Amino acid sequence: MVELWNIYIWPLIWILAKILLIVIPLFLAVAYLVWSERKVIGLMQQRMGPNVVGPWGIWQSFADVLKLLLKETILPTGANKIVFLIAPMLTFVLAFVAWAVIPVGEGWVLANINVGIMYLFAISSLGVYGIVMAGWASNSRYSFLGAMRSAAQMVSYEISMGLVIVTVLMCVGSLNLTDIVEAQRTVWYVVPLLPMAVVFFISTLAETNRHPFDLPEAEAELVAGYQTEYSAMSFALFFVGEYANMIMMSSMTVILFLGGWLPPMDIAPFNWLPGPLWFGIKVAAILFIFIWARAAFPRYRYDQLMRLGWKVFLPMSLLWVVGTAGVLVAFDLAP
Amino acid sequence: MSFIQRNVRTWMLTELLTGMAKTFSYMFKRRSTINYPYEKGPLSPRFRGEHALRRYASGEERCIACKLCEAVCPAQAITIEAEPRADGSRRTTRYDLDMTKCIFCGFCQEACPVDAIVEGPNFEYATETREELFYNKDKLLANGDRWENEIAANIAVDAPYR
Repeated sequence: MVELWNIYIWPLIWILAKILLIVIPLFLAVAYLVWSERKVIGLMQQRMGPNVVGPWGIWQSFADVLKLLLKETILPTGANKIVFLIAPMLTFVLAFVAWAVIPVGEGWVLANINVGIMYLFAISSLGVYGIVMAGWASNSRYSFLGAMRSAAQMVSYEISMGLVIVTVLMCVGSLNLTDIVEAQRTVWYVVPLLPMAVVFFISTLAETNRHPFDLPEAEAELVAGYQTEYSAMSFALFFVGEYANMIMMSSMTVILFLGGWLPPMDIAPFNWLPGPLWFGIKVAAILFIFIWARAAFPRYRYDQLMRLGWKVFLPMSLLWVVGTAGVLVAFDLAP
Repeated sequence: MSFIQRNVRTWMLTELLTGMAKTFSYMFKRRSTINYPYEKGPLSPRFRGEHALRRYASGEERCIACKLCEAVCPAQAITIEAEPRADGSRRTTRYDLDMTKCIFCGFCQEACPVDAIVEGPNFEYATETREELFYNKDKLLANGDRWENEIAANIAVDAPYR
């Protein structure tokens, strides 16, 4: 009996506690990301943004969640009910599962696995299934068009993202996310690999279906794309999943290029702040650029999106993979 | 040369970055909207809002049932019935105004010889049912009592231009 407790139950409780420790801050982060997006875009458009629920509208997201909880989940008659309901759950779960391997501080990681980056990449690739399933199961033209666009877009940009990751991996010599961050102690990879960092960031915009690549849910032409038929909590799951994905992609950018939890310089005023706080600051900065891009740019046309992905980013990142490999071998820098 | 310049501009993302800088600078500009239910924009004294029937200072209603407003109303929103009162003066027994028909042209207040029917400064009279927008005489007189100060001030301001 004691063995049962020691071997199975305590570790189980401990892991569950750690999961809660990740999931609850993530939920709060999503809530405040939504709020700050509305607020920042409001400021950039010389509006006020939400300001009624609580001071400066800080409880707005919670009011929205409450509203969505109380609404009816509508199942369209022509929809494939099971797939229709599984799709948002899939998106939601995948957006949260990815966080298992993200190191927010030194040793602050749920699963420090050696193929961390591959795991992240695999999970973010699976994300497209939620959208395609939603689009297909809704049995609506708008949803289907949105899903098709989303699938094409995510697949296209994943290739250049993969090549960018390969470039970073060649410099690190490890697939472990903690090692990737540790390898940036001397210099953040954003400095030597700046063009790749830009390519990666723009690809993450496309990967998370954000402006200016939000074709899958282009309001002006597709109503809401794959989300058209969703309401209440099933919509909320999509929404939370999407924003959690944004945070996940931002932290991926931070880990690959901005030195994760490391301070900019390991000297007095900078290393007073603890690592996880630095991580949070960097992620927030990247998320601000996400929102900023939304306020600044108009939506891409579909053919422009494809041209950028296949004719610009793919050759460019391929060239950089070859170039980086050449430099690493020529100067004997390869780890 | 222009080829090189163009390419440098494209690959340095110059245009995208200047666009983003412009957007960012707008973050610190004064907002151009108002916080509506708490702040309100200015209204002209000629603003044509919700209708009201006015009274004289003595409390006597102004309307003499001449039916000019009824005649001029292009939307035919006004219905009037009139009878001589016990003291012999001509007064309306019924003054109905269908606010769902009204187009807020202001012809009724222009036609009125005694400034009885006016369009006041109130525009916040949304209702939950359609029936509540079928105004009768009592409702219009109540509006007049409620908004008399504002209406009188507006008429005074606008008088020199008439």
